[in-house]
Amino acid sequence: MTMHAEPSTSPAAETAASALDAPTRTALFETMVLCRTYEEAILREYHADKGPGFDIGKGLVPGEMHLSAGQEPVAAGVCAHLTTDDAVTATHRPHHLAIAHGMDLRAMTAEIFGRETGLGRGRGGHMHLFDPATHFSCSGIIAEGYPPALGQAFAFQRKQTDRVAVAVTGEGAANQGAFHESLNLAARWSLPVVFVVEDNDWAISVPRDAATAVPSNADRAAAYGIPGERVEDNDVEAVYAAAARAVERARSGAGPSLIEIHTLRLWGHFEGDAQGYRPELAEVPSHDPIPRYEKALREAGVLDDDAVQRIRAAAAERVEDAIAYAKSSPLPDPASATSYVFA
Amino acid sequence: MTITDTPTAPAPQASRRLTTSKAMVEAIAQEMERDPAVVYLGEDVGAYGGIFSSTTDLLARFGPERIIDTPISETAFIGLGIGAAVEGMRPIVELMFADFMGVCLDQIYNHMAKIHFESGGNVRVPMVLTTAVGGGYSDGAQHSQCLWGTFAHLPGMKVVVPSNPADAKGLMTSAIRDDNPVVYMFHKGVMGLAWMAKNARSVGDVPDGEHLVPIGKAAVARPGTDVTVVTLSLSVHHALDVAEKLSGEGVEVEVIDLRSLVPLEREAILTSVAKTGHLVVVDEDYLSFGLSGEVVATVTDHDPTMLKAPVHRVAVPDVPIPYAHGLEYAVLPRPDRIEAAIRRSLAL
Ligand SMILES: Cc1ncc(C[n+]2csc(CCOP(=O)(O)OP(=O)(O)O)c2C)c(N)n1
Ligand SMILES: [Mg+2]
Repeated sequence: MTMHAEPSTSPAAETAASALDAPTRTALFETMVLCRTYEEAILREYHADKGPGFDIGKGLVPGEMHLSAGQEPVAAGVCAHLTTDDAVTATHRPHHLAIAHGMDLRAMTAEIFGRETGLGRGRGGHMHLFDPATHFSCSGIIAEGYPPALGQAFAFQRKQTDRVAVAVTGEGAANQGAFHESLNLAARWSLPVVFVVEDNDWAISVPRDAATAVPSNADRAAAYGIPGERVEDNDVEAVYAAAARAVERARSGAGPSLIEIHTLRLWGHFEGDAQGYRPELAEVPSHDPIPRYEKALREAGVLDDDAVQRIRAAAAERVEDAIAYAKSSPLPDPASATSYVFA
Repeated sequence: MTITDTPTAPAPQASRRLTTSKAMVEAIAQEMERDPAVVYLGEDVGAYGGIFSSTTDLLARFGPERIIDTPISETAFIGLGIGAAVEGMRPIVELMFADFMGVCLDQIYNHMAKIHFESGGNVRVPMVLTTAVGGGYSDGAQHSQCLWGTFAHLPGMKVVVPSNPADAKGLMTSAIRDDNPVVYMFHKGVMGLAWMAKNARSVGDVPDGEHLVPIGKAAVARPGTDVTVVTLSLSVHHALDVAEKLSGEGVEVEVIDLRSLVPLEREAILTSVAKTGHLVVVDEDYLSFGLSGEVVATVTDHDPTMLKAPVHRVAVPDVPIPYAHGLEYAVLPRPDRIEAAIRRSLAL
């Protein structure tokens, strides 16, 4: 199994003479903190009323819940290069990408709480966030978010814009046929797509090395004649740099690229997952990318106590506002359960 | 056995109480002991023991050569199951959720289901495709479907759907020994999982030792005289609850558990409706073009005058399964809808 090479106590990669200016670095940190604050709040709300014991169908937020804690560097580093005119398609683990791409937190949260004010009026749930305002979508079927992203890119190309589509999957998804078909088609048609693979070492209980024949999914790009790059260490600034190249290539009409980021699943596959299969469980928290980046930015003089405090407070305020909004929103009327099948 | 053991004839069908999942796993383990050609493949079937406990502890017992975690490549590993079956193995292959059939349907319906026919009966595909179905816990439109009508519609695969522990064991044993592809669809809500709301009927007596339930035989889950409820899977639990309640009012509901869709025991439906003259069909799959219509046609093809009242169908009203709890429970065949349909049928 692939493990993070760097122990958390060693100097973070981000500290090594950053090429980024202070506002950019601060913005990356802010996004990561907002994503994490959100997931912590959903974690709290999700488990608040599942008892006695744990009943997955109970509570204000029922159903499967796949949280993205630990994967914030991917969302922050990639989405920093996008505007809400660009498209993002995500997976069953979508919150960090939705937030980093600028989704309205209230409408997103209301959907996760199954409310009429939610993005999908409570029909979709947390794996099915569809937001026309930010061209965001996601799917619970592994790798099946890639093909529609091609179509968004195709439309952007036909409209002669420089908009791009970013398609995200986990490393487990890279063994699915749709993944390979999409890379080939996008490459052949020079579609403005950025393929992003979040390698968090695990597909539920199956370690990546047990499932994948090559050490890096970035190597697979060569099979389709497109650039492939792997970012190690869950390093947000390295993600930022790789995404800059890939987005620029797509915007300029040169075609797609693939980026794989070696990231971290800080928590279970879904809530309720005891992770008995995960030998490195005890050391996982020590690889948390957020304290590491905070430390780097403090050491570089980019952030101090006050700034960190402000960033965390601002994130908490936005997140709690969204949760309060969701909780006070009306539930959908059961009499409308058959609505919205057709336009 | 040592010579100090007292040989005892195995008590005919001694039993214990097991959850449906444990009963299913017991059948798999017994068949794996009996036949080295049986292997189990799928996602998270090893260390995890199956997301819905379809393979609990089997890895420890049989090792990674026979309990095999696959990449997330359903087309490849279901197809692999087909080829292995053709070469004489007896693979059990798990599609984690029936909803995921979309990514691998070609292997299922154009290959697994058609090879025997296309080969003029010369090539057999003795495999089991296990898959979890059903909703009720807010898993949304891509993780809550039953879809058994779709599998049953496509010729060439048997389709079994156990509702209780004993049938889960007996149908699994029969499925593994069958020389045809058998799709074995287990509802998450009947498995007796610790982390999901469950009906008491998800735990029940399961015969020790070898236990077979023939594929293609329905069961009278509760005898009655006034109205027939034809159903399957988790809806059997709900129908039995409603039947118990109505019995208190002097209404005797006969509940038929189909257990097997392909082949379908039409005779069991006709026998019951001949007795009651009233039919309610309860199906957690979509309403139109599916199982509930097939059951009704079974009766009307035979003799429409058997029916003393219009048939009532309780199914998912042709809408994807909604996420929000209140919406989901409005479309699933829950006890309230079943009871209302029975009352309408009997003009109560
Ligand atoms: C086609 C399909 N097969 C299986 C699943 C079940 N499933 C959900 S998440 C998951 C693991 C995905 O792993 P990865 O792509 O690495 O994403 P991660 O969960 O690690 O973010 C699996 C097997 C699914 N949703 N869709
Ligand atoms: Mg993964």
